[in-house]
Amino acid sequence: MSALSPASPRRAGGSMARRLRSLGMPLLFAAAMLATVLVHPRFDAYDLQSLALGALPLALAAAAQTIVVISGGIDLSVGSLIAVSNVLAASQMQHASFPQSIGIAALILGLGALMGATNGLLVAVSRIPDVVVTLTTGFIWGGVALLILERPGGGAPQAFLDIAAGTDLSPWLPNALIVMVLAIAAIWLPIRFSRIGLLIYATGSDPVAAFRSGVDTRRARLLAYVFGGIACAAGGIALTMTTGIGAPLAGTYYTLSSVAASVIGGVSLNGGRGGMLGPVIAALLLTLIPTDLIFLGIDPNYGQVIQGTLIVLVVMIGGFAAFMQERK
Amino acid sequence: MSAALDFLRRRTIFALVLLLAAFILGIEIARPGTVTPLWASNALLFAAPLAIMGAGQTLVMLTGGIDLSVASVATGSAYLLATNAASGDLTALAIALSLGLIVGVVNGLGVAVLRVQPLVMTLGTGLMTGGVMIVYSQEMLASQPHVPAMIQTLGAGKVLGLVPVDLFLWVAVAALMLFGLSRTGFGRLLYAIGDNREACQLAGIRVWRVIFVDYVLCALLAAITGLVLVGGTNAADLSLADSYLLPSVACVIIGGTSIFGGRGGYAGTIVGALILTVLTSLLTLLDVPEPIKQILYGAIILSLAAAYARLTEA
Repeated sequence: MSALSPASPRRAGGSMARRLRSLGMPLLFAAAMLATVLVHPRFDAYDLQSLALGALPLALAAAAQTIVVISGGIDLSVGSLIAVSNVLAASQMQHASFPQSIGIAALILGLGALMGATNGLLVAVSRIPDVVVTLTTGFIWGGVALLILERPGGGAPQAFLDIAAGTDLSPWLPNALIVMVLAIAAIWLPIRFSRIGLLIYATGSDPVAAFRSGVDTRRARLLAYVFGGIACAAGGIALTMTTGIGAPLAGTYYTLSSVAASVIGGVSLNGGRGGMLGPVIAALLLTLIPTDLIFLGIDPNYGQVIQGTLIVLVVMIGGFAAFMQERK
Repeated sequence: MSAALDFLRRRTIFALVLLLAAFILGIEIARPGTVTPLWASNALLFAAPLAIMGAGQTLVMLTGGIDLSVASVATGSAYLLATNAASGDLTALAIALSLGLIVGVVNGLGVAVLRVQPLVMTLGTGLMTGGVMIVYSQEMLASQPHVPAMIQTLGAGKVLGLVPVDLFLWVAVAALMLFGLSRTGFGRLLYAIGDNREACQLAGIRVWRVIFVDYVLCALLAAITGLVLVGGTNAADLSLADSYLLPSVACVIIGGTSIFGGRGGYAGTIVGALILTVLTSLLTLLDVPEPIKQILYGAIILSLAAAYARLTEA
């Protein structure tokens, strides 16, 4: 677990605040789980399983957003990239065998890297601000998703859907959770423990200082978008795996929610700070909220309101803490 | 050639107007006889709401911010207007605009006082507004929403069959924007803060007040845009203004206002909004499926923004 804990290279010294920050998310999630069990005493392994299934695509979307945000950027095309991968997977796997499906999934991951690279190249070369670039490419990829699959449909072989379904090891350890941890570790650990991670953190933390220290900041940002694209493609494939279909408009939810999960998970939008554990737990938390609302007999649509409020509150608390620190 | 380029570099608004003219020419060549006074009148009718929303976006971008809640606010204000029309036009109007006021105040407090990044703040309030509207809509299912006649005239009416009514509103907004930005202290402060917030702070300016008012104005303009839009469609639904988020940002960027603040103005946004409207009209003429239009629209916006960045680079 410690490998995934948020750590910023800039502040190597472990301060109280940092420790609180890295423990904050797991504690918050534990509290939320406790609250869930209180409002819904019959919370069982099956509920845990549907929670993990629901959170799987969002966790990957959050991972994508987190990588880009750490590099100092933002990706508002996450939802559309997920939508493209989702409909592509569902439309191509419909009549495929299981091994073919795995091949298709691998191809889609490659495509994700390409889509991410497009974002990254545009940001690095065109001098258009990243917000505008990704807002627009998101619009374009949204069109591509509609082109591939006009309305929800498609499918995948049962064996493929079964990867994330059910429990194999223990009833309290859903396969979806294992898939989530493995997929995110496969994307994040190579970044975190290689020079790439160092370059990305350095670029996000202070691009000018990084550039002067010989970091190719353009390449670092490009790489961040490429890995973000791969994570998005994985998210789209996961969406096919968990829902069994492709839906061209399902992606919109993930753009905003991925930013929400990153921010709630303690990733600073100024870049250079944050880790992967926080956003992933935040993704679980954001999936848990609507479920709890249903248990409480409240309109689950309040989930979106709560999500928005949580984002604002978390950043406001962060802003307030920074404000207090400045005054010291 | 380089002299001409140099001229365009200094007076980019001419480059934009030339581009607009080229697009209109393109339409006329693609389908001769399309460009008529009626066509121009319709183009202005459709450009007005975008340009009014773009006015708010220009205001916040000049300080180096962005407002991603404008689409939700516009939709919400339109929906509130239609569902409250039964209790009187003015009441409904007041309720609709107060949504803009509330979201603007929340955005302003977050960005100006607590110094939250505008992007996250407005993303969050946009989500909240959208969520509240969904919950609200389910409680209003029984009621019979309708759009007041006054608003229908505003959004779809034409004086003498040719001059769109919303053009008057747009001209008023434009006059206030152009005058306010160049001739008032508030306008100059927006540029100054966008240029160097710390310097303004050190100079004794109460930066937070200016930014606070800035976000309130932006949200109010978004709420007004919602009214114009619902007047035009005469039907309020919860995705009314969704498609306006990207254009509202794009028309400001294409119009030459820097997202990093301190540079630009409303004149560019006006031309930007016209260019995007004419572009939509051009794509409609092409008679291709909706997704292709969406892809082309995005690609053209990107290339325009890139060309603009390149032109002003040197």
